[in-house]
Amino acid sequence: MDSQVLINGEQFELILDRLAHQLLEHHDFTKTDLIGLQPRGIRLAHRLQAKLSELLNDTQIRCGELDVTFHRDDLRMRDKPIAPQQNKMEFIVDGRNVVLVDDVFFTGRTIRAGLDALLAYGRPDKVELAILIDRRFSRELPIEPTYIGKQIDSIVDQHVVVEWKEENGIDRVLLFNSKPE
Amino acid sequence: MSKLSVNHLLGIRGMTREDLELIFNTASEFKEVLNRPIRKVPSLRDLTVANLFFENSTRTRLSFELAQKRLSADVVNFSAASSSVKKGETLVDTVNNILAMKVDMLVMRHPHPGAIHFLADKVDTTLINAGDGTHEHPTQALLDAFSLREKLGDDLEGKKIAIVGDIRHSRVAVSNILALKLLGARVRVCGPATLIPKHMSTLGVEISHDFDETLVWADVVNMLRIQHERQGDSESIPFFPSIREYTLNYGLTQDRLNRLDKQITVLHPGPINRGVEISSAIADSDHSLILDQVENGVATRMAVMYLLARR
Repeated sequence: MDSQVLINGEQFELILDRLAHQLLEHHDFTKTDLIGLQPRGIRLAHRLQAKLSELLNDTQIRCGELDVTFHRDDLRMRDKPIAPQQNKMEFIVDGRNVVLVDDVFFTGRTIRAGLDALLAYGRPDKVELAILIDRRFSRELPIEPTYIGKQIDSIVDQHVVVEWKEENGIDRVLLFNSKPE
Repeated sequence: MSKLSVNHLLGIRGMTREDLELIFNTASEFKEVLNRPIRKVPSLRDLTVANLFFENSTRTRLSFELAQKRLSADVVNFSAASSSVKKGETLVDTVNNILAMKVDMLVMRHPHPGAIHFLADKVDTTLINAGDGTHEHPTQALLDAFSLREKLGDDLEGKKIAIVGDIRHSRVAVSNILALKLLGARVRVCGPATLIPKHMSTLGVEISHDFDETLVWADVVNMLRIQHERQGDSESIPFFPSIREYTLNYGLTQDRLNRLDKQITVLHPGPINRGVEISSAIADSDHSLILDQVENGVATRMAVMYLLARR
């Protein structure tokens, strides 16, 4: 399968460091929570949580895992039902600042569902969006990320896959010309 | 993710183990939804469901209605007592009239066994069986198995489950047996000979008339309700001499449990007859999953409707 490496291990680490520092520029994390979107955003969220804990010497930074399946707008347009993932939200976001975290930002529909799902846990003061890969010029909704790892130009048929050390033994981002098996 | 191998939930018969597991996995995510501060998701907001109850029900009906509302579906309720059925309308006509009002899914309880299967051949909509006479009650079996998996772990393979009491009139028994067998559990039915149908063994279950011995054997007992309304009229020969005698032989009491050297898990599909098939103290004890069953009923039914909703 044709693929090209968009981000290798070294760059990956640099990008995560930069994202963590950018978050610190805007938040002291006394009233800010990270929320990773299932299934793949949670990896990035937990990595950022670890980096921030190290930088702030604070292990109290909260990180939730939010599943948006039941809030999607294409639920009943697909052939098969979408498998829900686990939700791990052990706190309420009333009056908090929330940074939603996802790996690849494409049409914006997942984030829309995420904003909807988030409402079940209260009314945050502010919601921002941190993402690793921004596939530019492919938006279907007026939603834009606040913190961006890397912007790429790709066509709809192409596929971006983020691999994680925890799962794949290596950190990197690949671009495929068609959907991988 | 795979999808269910069936288009309707007519009964557990015809379903596969994978189907059940898909329902359980989905239900546990819905259970989490039910414990959120806002217990509602928009998944089925474009769907209209009609609940047709040709027979009385409190729990099942409320549970279905809540499940539909938690999924944001539109709900209409129908009960035979206040409808044109009294004027002689046939079942197919009633249902087709409801479908003409653009309803996408039907949940039906009916006093006649097989009524929902009959309907499945005649109407074009998604059907869910909420109990058909003494035949099947699939969502009850699903929520029972789901509750057991929560208590005993995901694998019910080899677990010993006894279904006790009025097997003859129980749709819960049939669906439970089929579901538990699919999941690899060992099932035994126990009750007076008059309340166990002749051909029960064809379902692959053990049969016993000795409750105390069954308690020694079992990990779980599912205490069925004595269905006073199905015991025949005053003219016919009763299935057992008296309630008192039934309780003496088949009632789950603290005395009986004290004689065991192990913990046993107790299920009951409700409504319970306190002091008849189960003593009050046990119904309210830690062994009893009765209220967990009710809670899980909503999550399980949400999963069923979510997975069956047509695309």
